[in-house]
Amino acid sequence: MSIHHHDHDHEHSELSPMELRVRALETVLGEKGYIDPAALDVLIDTYQTKVGPRNGARVVARAWCDPAYKAWLLRDGSAAIASLGFQGRQGEHMVVLENTRDQHHMVVCTLCSCYPWPVLGLPPTWYKSAPYRSRAVRDPHGVLAEFGVTLPEGTSVRVWDSTAEVRYLVLPMRPEGSERLSEDELAALVTRDSMIGTGLPLLPPARAR
Amino acid sequence: MMHISHADLGGTTGHGPIVNEPEDERFHAGWEPRVLAVTLAMGATGLWNIDMSRAARESLPTYARLTYYEIWFEGLLKLLAAHALLADDELQAGHSLHAARELPRKLLAANVPTVLANGASTERPATTKARFKVGDAVRMFAGEVPHHTRLPRYVRGRRGVVERVHGAHVFADAHATGRGEQPHWLYTVAFDARDLWPDASPGVRVSVDAWEPYMGKA
Repeated sequence: MSIHHHDHDHEHSELSPMELRVRALETVLGEKGYIDPAALDVLIDTYQTKVGPRNGARVVARAWCDPAYKAWLLRDGSAAIASLGFQGRQGEHMVVLENTRDQHHMVVCTLCSCYPWPVLGLPPTWYKSAPYRSRAVRDPHGVLAEFGVTLPEGTSVRVWDSTAEVRYLVLPMRPEGSERLSEDELAALVTRDSMIGTGLPLLPPARAR
Repeated sequence: MMHISHADLGGTTGHGPIVNEPEDERFHAGWEPRVLAVTLAMGATGLWNIDMSRAARESLPTYARLTYYEIWFEGLLKLLAAHALLADDELQAGHSLHAARELPRKLLAANVPTVLANGASTERPATTKARFKVGDAVRMFAGEVPHHTRLPRYVRGRRGVVERVHGAHVFADAHATGRGEQPHWLYTVAFDARDLWPDASPGVRVSVDAWEPYMGKA
Protein backbone atom coordinates (compact mmCIF):
# COMPACT_ATOMS: atom_id res chain seq x y z
CA MET A 1 0.00 0.00 0.00
CA SER A 2 1.37 3.40 -0.92
CA ILE A 3 1.61 5.87 1.91
CA HIS A 4 2.28 8.96 -0.22
CA HIS A 5 -0.52 8.80 -2.73
CA HIS A 6 -1.89 12.31 -2.78
CA ASP A 7 -1.47 14.79 -5.55
CA HIS A 8 -0.97 18.20 -3.98
CA ASP A 9 -3.58 19.92 -6.16
CA HIS A 10 -6.39 17.73 -4.88
CA GLU A 11 -4.95 17.05 -1.48
CA HIS A 12 -7.72 18.37 0.67
CA SER A 13 -10.63 17.01 -1.26
CA GLU A 14 -9.16 13.50 -1.06
CA LEU A 15 -8.11 13.34 2.55
CA SER A 16 -10.18 11.42 5.06
CA PRO A 17 -11.16 13.13 8.34
CA MET A 18 -8.52 11.04 10.15
CA GLU A 19 -5.80 12.07 7.68
CA LEU A 20 -6.71 15.70 8.28
CA ARG A 21 -6.74 15.40 12.05
CA VAL A 22 -3.40 13.57 12.16
CA ARG A 23 -1.81 16.10 9.81
CA ALA A 24 -3.16 18.93 11.95
CA LEU A 25 -1.68 17.33 15.06
CA GLU A 26 1.71 16.81 13.43
CA THR A 27 1.74 20.43 12.26
CA VAL A 28 0.86 21.86 15.66
CA LEU A 29 3.40 19.71 17.53
CA GLY A 30 6.07 20.58 14.96
CA GLU A 31 5.33 24.33 15.20
CA LYS A 32 5.58 24.14 18.97
CA GLY A 33 8.96 22.47 18.65
CA TYR A 34 7.90 19.34 20.51
CA ILE A 35 8.74 16.98 17.65
CA ASP A 36 11.32 16.87 14.88
CA PRO A 37 9.33 16.07 11.70
CA ALA A 38 12.40 14.34 10.24
CA ALA A 39 12.46 12.00 13.24
CA LEU A 40 8.97 10.81 12.32
CA ASP A 41 10.19 9.81 8.87
CA VAL A 42 13.10 7.85 10.34
CA LEU A 43 10.78 6.07 12.78
CA ILE A 44 8.38 5.11 10.02
CA ASP A 45 11.11 3.95 7.68
CA THR A 46 12.55 1.79 10.46
CA TYR A 47 9.34 -0.13 11.07
CA GLN A 48 8.24 -0.17 7.46
CA THR A 49 11.43 -1.36 5.80
CA LYS A 50 14.06 -2.40 8.35
CA VAL A 51 12.52 -4.21 11.31
CA GLY A 52 10.22 -7.15 10.62
CA PRO A 53 9.79 -10.91 10.92
CA ARG A 54 12.76 -11.64 8.64
CA ASN A 55 14.93 -10.68 11.65
CA GLY A 56 13.32 -13.37 13.77
CA ALA A 57 13.64 -15.85 10.90
CA ARG A 58 17.41 -15.33 10.96
CA VAL A 59 17.48 -16.07 14.69
CA VAL A 60 15.48 -19.27 14.20
CA ALA A 61 17.56 -20.45 11.23
CA ARG A 62 20.77 -19.88 13.19
CA ALA A 63 19.38 -21.90 16.11
CA TRP A 64 18.43 -24.72 13.74
CA CYS A 65 21.99 -24.83 12.35
CA ASP A 66 24.07 -24.22 15.45
CA PRO A 67 23.38 -26.20 18.64
CA ALA A 68 25.60 -23.95 20.76
CA TYR A 69 23.73 -20.87 19.55
CA LYS A 70 20.41 -22.58 20.25
CA ALA A 71 21.46 -23.43 23.81
CA TRP A 72 22.50 -19.80 24.36
CA LEU A 73 19.24 -18.53 22.84
CA LEU A 74 17.16 -20.65 25.20
CA ARG A 75 19.29 -19.68 28.19
CA ASP A 76 19.66 -15.94 27.53
CA GLY A 77 17.38 -14.85 24.69
CA SER A 78 18.18 -11.13 24.87
CA ALA A 79 21.96 -11.60 24.56
CA ALA A 80 21.82 -14.31 21.87
CA ILE A 81 19.39 -12.24 19.76
CA ALA A 82 21.43 -9.06 20.25
CA SER A 83 24.52 -10.91 18.95
CA LEU A 84 22.78 -10.96 15.54
CA GLY A 85 22.13 -7.20 15.76
CA PHE A 86 18.49 -7.28 16.88
CA GLN A 87 17.78 -5.46 20.11
CA GLY A 88 16.11 -2.50 21.76
CA ARG A 89 12.62 -1.15 22.05
CA GLN A 90 10.03 -3.80 22.94
CA GLY A 91 12.72 -6.48 22.97
CA GLU A 92 14.65 -5.55 26.09
CA HIS A 93 13.78 -8.78 27.94
CA MET A 94 13.55 -11.66 25.49
CA VAL A 95 12.59 -15.23 26.33
CA VAL A 96 12.68 -17.89 23.60
CA LEU A 97 10.27 -20.85 23.79
CA GLU A 98 11.22 -24.07 22.03
CA ASN A 99 8.44 -26.04 20.35
CA THR A 100 8.81 -29.84 20.53
CA ARG A 101 6.72 -32.89 19.72
CA ASP A 102 5.42 -32.77 23.28
CA GLN A 103 4.89 -29.04 23.74
CA HIS A 104 3.57 -26.28 21.48
CA HIS A 105 3.95 -22.66 22.58
CA MET A 106 1.72 -19.75 21.57
CA VAL A 107 2.09 -16.07 22.52
CA VAL A 108 -0.60 -13.44 23.10
CA CYS A 109 -1.10 -10.12 24.88
CA THR A 110 -4.65 -10.14 26.22
CA LEU A 111 -4.27 -6.62 27.68
CA CYS A 112 -2.92 -4.71 24.68
CA SER A 113 -0.46 -5.57 21.91
CA CYS A 114 2.87 -6.49 23.51
CA TYR A 115 5.06 -8.09 20.85
CA PRO A 116 8.84 -8.53 20.31
CA TRP A 117 9.45 -5.66 17.87
CA PRO A 118 13.20 -6.15 17.18
CA VAL A 119 12.65 -9.70 15.89
CA LEU A 120 9.09 -9.58 14.51
CA GLY A 121 8.47 -5.90 13.75
CA LEU A 122 5.07 -4.37 14.44
CA PRO A 123 2.30 -6.83 15.31
CA PRO A 124 -0.24 -7.80 12.65
CA THR A 125 -3.76 -6.43 13.07
CA TRP A 126 -5.22 -9.75 14.23
CA TYR A 127 -2.67 -9.98 17.06
CA LYS A 128 -3.87 -6.60 18.36
CA SER A 129 -7.58 -7.32 17.90
CA ALA A 130 -10.25 -8.63 20.24
CA PRO A 131 -10.93 -12.02 18.56
CA TYR A 132 -7.36 -13.30 19.05
CA ARG A 133 -6.71 -11.59 22.39
CA SER A 134 -9.90 -12.95 23.92
CA ARG A 135 -9.71 -16.54 22.67
CA ALA A 136 -5.99 -17.41 22.65
CA VAL A 137 -6.03 -18.02 26.42
CA ARG A 138 -9.38 -19.81 26.50
CA ASP A 139 -9.51 -21.91 23.36
CA PRO A 140 -6.01 -22.15 21.85
CA HIS A 141 -6.91 -25.31 19.91
CA GLY A 142 -9.81 -23.47 18.28
CA VAL A 143 -7.56 -20.53 17.45
CA LEU A 144 -4.92 -22.84 15.97
CA ALA A 145 -7.59 -24.55 13.86
CA GLU A 146 -8.60 -21.14 12.51
CA PHE A 147 -4.99 -20.65 11.43
CA GLY A 148 -5.07 -24.09 9.78
CA VAL A 149 -2.88 -25.74 12.40
CA THR A 150 -3.72 -29.15 13.87
CA LEU A 151 -1.26 -30.46 16.42
CA PRO A 152 -0.33 -34.13 16.66
CA GLU A 153 -2.17 -36.17 19.29
CA GLY A 154 -0.37 -35.86 22.61
CA THR A 155 1.13 -32.40 22.04
CA SER A 156 0.23 -30.17 24.94
CA VAL A 157 -0.31 -26.44 24.48
CA ARG A 158 1.25 -23.66 26.49
CA VAL A 159 -0.07 -20.11 26.07
CA TRP A 160 2.09 -17.18 27.22
CA ASP A 161 0.19 -13.97 28.01
CA SER A 162 2.73 -11.10 27.80
CA THR A 163 1.37 -9.07 30.68
CA ALA A 164 4.65 -7.36 31.68
CA GLU A 165 7.75 -6.24 29.72
CA VAL A 166 9.11 -9.73 28.98
CA ARG A 167 8.72 -10.49 25.28
CA TYR A 168 8.41 -14.01 23.89
CA LEU A 169 9.63 -15.56 20.64
CA VAL A 170 8.66 -19.10 19.66
CA LEU A 171 11.41 -21.31 18.22
CA PRO A 172 9.44 -23.58 15.90
CA MET A 173 10.48 -27.16 15.09
CA ARG A 174 12.78 -27.51 12.11
CA PRO A 175 10.75 -29.04 9.28
CA GLU A 176 11.50 -32.58 8.21
CA GLY A 177 13.38 -32.84 4.94
CA SER A 178 15.31 -29.60 5.54
CA GLU A 179 18.58 -31.28 6.50
CA ARG A 180 20.49 -30.13 3.43
CA LEU A 181 19.30 -26.56 3.33
CA SER A 182 21.59 -23.62 4.01
CA GLU A 183 20.90 -21.16 6.80
CA ASP A 184 19.46 -18.66 4.30
CA GLU A 185 17.22 -21.30 2.77
CA LEU A 186 16.05 -22.31 6.22
CA ALA A 187 15.25 -18.69 7.15
CA ALA A 188 12.92 -18.53 4.15
CA LEU A 189 10.83 -21.33 5.69
CA VAL A 190 10.29 -19.45 8.93
CA THR A 191 6.99 -17.57 8.91
CA ARG A 192 5.91 -14.77 11.22
CA ASP A 193 3.06 -16.91 12.54
CA SER A 194 5.41 -19.81 13.33
CA MET A 195 7.32 -17.47 15.66
CA ILE A 196 4.10 -16.39 17.43
CA GLY A 197 2.98 -20.01 17.67
CA THR A 198 -0.13 -19.62 15.51
CA GLY A 199 1.53 -21.28 12.53
CA LEU A 200 4.17 -23.80 11.52
CA PRO A 201 7.23 -23.24 9.29
CA LEU A 202 6.84 -23.84 5.58
CA LEU A 203 7.91 -27.20 4.20
CA PRO A 204 11.12 -27.31 2.18
CA PRO A 205 10.62 -27.04 -1.58
CA ALA A 206 10.60 -30.45 -3.26
CA ARG A 207 14.15 -31.13 -4.42
CA ALA A 208 15.39 -33.15 -7.34
CA ARG A 209 17.17 -36.30 -6.25
CA MET B 1 -12.61 8.33 39.92
CA MET B 2 -12.62 4.56 39.39
CA HIS B 3 -10.30 3.54 36.57
CA ILE B 4 -12.11 1.33 34.07
CA SER B 5 -10.09 -0.64 31.54
CA HIS B 6 -11.79 -1.65 28.32
CA ALA B 7 -8.75 -3.62 27.17
CA ASP B 8 -8.77 -6.64 29.50
CA LEU B 9 -10.13 -9.08 26.93
CA GLY B 10 -8.77 -12.50 27.94
CA GLY B 11 -11.56 -15.08 27.88
CA THR B 12 -14.34 -12.69 26.84
CA THR B 13 -16.64 -13.89 24.07
CA GLY B 14 -18.48 -12.63 21.04
CA HIS B 15 -15.66 -10.92 19.14
CA GLY B 16 -16.00 -12.90 15.89
CA PRO B 17 -13.42 -14.66 13.74
CA ILE B 18 -9.70 -13.94 13.48
CA VAL B 19 -8.72 -12.35 10.18
CA ASN B 20 -5.15 -13.14 9.16
CA GLU B 21 -3.08 -10.81 7.02
CA PRO B 22 0.14 -11.09 5.00
CA GLU B 23 3.50 -10.48 6.66
CA ASP B 24 4.31 -7.42 4.57
CA GLU B 25 1.06 -5.61 5.37
CA ARG B 26 2.19 -3.10 7.95
CA PHE B 27 -0.44 -0.34 7.84
CA HIS B 28 -3.91 0.13 6.40
CA ALA B 29 -4.04 3.89 5.82
CA GLY B 30 -1.49 6.62 5.26
CA TRP B 31 -2.18 8.24 8.64
CA GLU B 32 -1.49 5.09 10.66
CA PRO B 33 2.33 5.18 10.49
CA ARG B 34 2.19 8.92 11.23
CA VAL B 35 0.24 8.21 14.45
CA LEU B 36 2.74 5.51 15.42
CA ALA B 37 5.64 7.91 14.87
CA VAL B 38 4.08 10.93 16.61
CA THR B 39 3.22 8.74 19.59
CA LEU B 40 6.78 7.40 19.85
CA ALA B 41 8.26 10.88 19.39
CA MET B 42 6.04 12.42 22.08
CA GLY B 43 6.74 9.47 24.37
CA ALA B 44 10.44 10.28 24.01
CA THR B 45 9.91 13.77 25.49
CA GLY B 46 9.90 12.17 28.94
CA LEU B 47 6.63 13.77 30.09
CA TRP B 48 4.94 10.40 30.51
CA ASN B 49 5.91 6.75 30.47
CA ILE B 50 4.71 3.69 28.56
CA ASP B 51 2.40 2.60 31.38
CA MET B 52 0.73 6.01 31.42
CA SER B 53 0.28 5.71 27.64
CA ARG B 54 -1.35 2.30 28.03
CA ALA B 55 -3.60 3.59 30.83
CA ALA B 56 -4.68 6.55 28.66
CA ARG B 57 -5.60 4.26 25.76
CA GLU B 58 -7.21 1.44 27.68
CA SER B 59 -9.55 3.70 29.66
CA LEU B 60 -10.97 5.39 26.55
CA PRO B 61 -14.77 4.92 26.73
CA THR B 62 -14.78 4.45 22.95
CA TYR B 63 -12.01 1.75 23.05
CA ALA B 64 -14.14 -1.13 21.75
CA ARG B 65 -15.28 0.65 18.60
CA LEU B 66 -12.00 2.28 17.60
CA THR B 67 -9.34 0.71 15.37
CA TYR B 68 -5.88 0.15 16.81
CA TYR B 69 -4.25 3.36 15.62
CA GLU B 70 -7.41 5.36 16.34
CA ILE B 71 -6.92 4.21 19.94
CA TRP B 72 -3.31 5.38 19.83
CA PHE B 73 -4.38 8.75 18.40
CA GLU B 74 -7.13 9.34 20.98
CA GLY B 75 -4.82 8.18 23.79
CA LEU B 76 -2.16 10.64 22.65
CA LEU B 77 -4.68 13.51 22.49
CA LYS B 78 -5.72 12.68 26.04
CA LEU B 79 -2.12 12.82 27.30
CA LEU B 80 -1.40 16.04 25.38
CA ALA B 81 -4.48 17.68 26.92
CA ALA B 82 -3.64 16.43 30.41
CA HIS B 83 -0.18 18.01 30.12
CA ALA B 84 -1.53 21.24 28.59
CA LEU B 85 0.53 20.71 25.44
CA LEU B 86 -2.33 21.07 22.98
CA ALA B 87 -5.59 23.00 23.05
CA ASP B 88 -8.74 22.06 21.14
CA ASP B 89 -8.66 25.24 19.09
CA GLU B 90 -5.17 24.35 17.88
CA LEU B 91 -6.18 20.96 16.55
CA GLN B 92 -9.16 22.66 14.87
CA ALA B 93 -6.98 25.33 13.31
CA GLY B 94 -4.15 22.97 12.41
CA HIS B 95 -1.69 25.51 13.81
CA SER B 96 -0.10 26.44 17.09
CA LEU B 97 -2.08 29.29 18.68
CA HIS B 98 -0.64 29.31 22.19
CA ALA B 99 2.82 29.48 23.70
CA ALA B 100 4.79 26.25 23.73
CA ARG B 101 5.97 24.58 26.94
CA GLU B 102 9.59 23.77 27.65
CA LEU B 103 9.94 19.96 27.44
CA PRO B 104 12.57 17.77 29.12
CA ARG B 105 13.71 16.13 25.86
CA LYS B 106 13.13 16.12 22.12
CA LEU B 107 13.73 13.17 19.81
CA LEU B 108 15.90 14.31 16.91
CA ALA B 109 16.09 12.35 13.65
CA ALA B 110 19.80 11.67 14.12
CA ASN B 111 19.15 10.02 17.51
CA VAL B 112 16.31 7.71 16.46
CA PRO B 113 18.46 4.64 15.67
CA THR B 114 20.28 4.85 19.02
CA VAL B 115 17.13 5.47 21.03
CA LEU B 116 15.39 2.49 19.43
CA ALA B 117 18.44 0.23 19.77
CA ASN B 118 18.86 1.11 23.44
CA GLY B 119 15.23 0.54 24.31
CA ALA B 120 14.26 1.00 27.93
CA SER B 121 14.98 -1.91 30.24
CA THR B 122 12.50 -2.23 33.09
CA GLU B 123 14.78 -4.40 35.23
CA ARG B 124 16.08 -2.75 38.41
CA PRO B 125 18.40 -3.86 41.22
CA ALA B 126 16.40 -5.90 43.71
CA THR B 127 16.20 -4.40 47.19
CA THR B 128 14.29 -7.32 48.73
CA LYS B 129 14.62 -11.08 48.60
CA ALA B 130 12.21 -12.78 46.20
CA ARG B 131 9.24 -14.07 48.15
CA PHE B 132 8.59 -16.95 45.75
CA LYS B 133 10.72 -19.47 43.89
CA VAL B 134 10.15 -21.72 40.90
CA GLY B 135 7.61 -24.42 41.79
CA ASP B 136 5.82 -22.44 44.51
CA ALA B 137 2.02 -22.53 44.45
CA VAL B 138 0.48 -19.06 44.53
CA ARG B 139 -2.99 -17.57 44.54
CA MET B 140 -3.63 -14.41 42.56
CA PHE B 141 -5.26 -11.33 44.08
CA ALA B 142 -9.01 -11.66 43.72
CA GLY B 143 -10.45 -8.17 44.07
CA GLU B 144 -11.10 -5.07 42.01
CA VAL B 145 -8.12 -2.85 41.22
CA PRO B 146 -9.11 0.84 41.29
CA HIS B 147 -6.32 1.93 38.92
CA HIS B 148 -4.33 0.76 35.87
CA THR B 149 -3.07 -2.79 36.35
CA ARG B 150 -1.53 -5.63 34.37
CA LEU B 151 -3.29 -8.36 36.34
CA PRO B 152 -5.88 -9.78 33.94
CA ARG B 153 -9.32 -10.56 35.34
CA TYR B 154 -9.27 -14.14 34.11
CA VAL B 155 -6.57 -15.17 36.61
CA ARG B 156 -7.85 -13.23 39.63
CA GLY B 157 -8.39 -15.50 42.61
CA ARG B 158 -6.94 -18.48 40.71
CA ARG B 159 -4.21 -20.82 41.86
CA GLY B 160 -1.07 -21.11 39.77
CA VAL B 161 2.54 -22.21 39.99
CA VAL B 162 5.64 -20.03 39.69
CA GLU B 163 7.55 -21.12 36.61
CA ARG B 164 10.16 -18.41 36.09
CA VAL B 165 11.64 -15.59 38.14
CA HIS B 166 12.58 -12.55 36.03
CA GLY B 167 14.23 -10.25 38.57
CA ALA B 168 12.85 -6.97 39.90
CA HIS B 169 11.02 -4.82 37.34
CA VAL B 170 9.34 -1.42 37.24
CA PHE B 171 5.85 -1.99 38.66
CA ALA B 172 3.32 -1.01 35.99
CA ASP B 173 0.54 -0.19 38.47
CA ALA B 174 2.65 2.41 40.30
CA HIS B 175 4.38 3.67 37.15
CA ALA B 176 1.07 4.32 35.36
CA THR B 177 -0.35 6.31 38.23
CA GLY B 178 2.55 8.69 38.83
CA ARG B 179 3.83 6.90 41.92
CA GLY B 180 7.28 6.20 40.53
CA GLU B 181 8.88 2.91 39.52
CA GLN B 182 8.51 0.93 42.79
CA PRO B 183 10.30 -2.14 41.35
CA HIS B 184 8.96 -5.52 42.44
CA TRP B 185 9.93 -9.11 41.69
CA LEU B 186 8.34 -10.35 38.47
CA TYR B 187 7.33 -13.98 37.93
CA THR B 188 5.84 -16.13 35.21
CA VAL B 189 2.90 -17.90 36.87
CA ALA B 190 1.34 -20.82 34.99
CA PHE B 191 -2.19 -22.16 35.37
CA ASP B 192 -3.86 -25.37 34.30
CA ALA B 193 -6.47 -24.08 31.85
CA ARG B 194 -9.10 -26.19 33.64
CA ASP B 195 -8.55 -24.01 36.71
CA LEU B 196 -9.40 -20.95 34.61
CA TRP B 197 -12.20 -22.02 32.26
CA PRO B 198 -15.07 -24.48 32.70
CA ASP B 199 -14.80 -25.45 29.03
CA ALA B 200 -10.99 -25.82 28.79
CA SER B 201 -9.35 -28.73 26.97
CA PRO B 202 -7.02 -30.96 28.97
CA GLY B 203 -3.31 -30.51 28.29
CA VAL B 204 -3.47 -26.71 28.07
CA ARG B 205 -1.51 -24.42 30.37
CA VAL B 206 -1.69 -20.63 30.36
CA SER B 207 0.72 -18.21 32.00
CA VAL B 208 0.83 -14.54 32.89
CA ASP B 209 3.76 -12.42 34.01
CA ALA B 210 2.88 -11.11 37.45
CA TRP B 211 4.56 -8.76 39.92
CA GLU B 212 4.83 -9.92 43.53
CA PRO B 213 2.01 -7.68 44.87
CA TYR B 214 -0.42 -9.51 42.56
CA MET B 215 -0.20 -12.75 44.53
CA GLY B 216 0.16 -14.57 47.83
CA LYS B 217 1.01 -18.06 48.98
CA ALA B 218 -1.62 -20.61 47.92
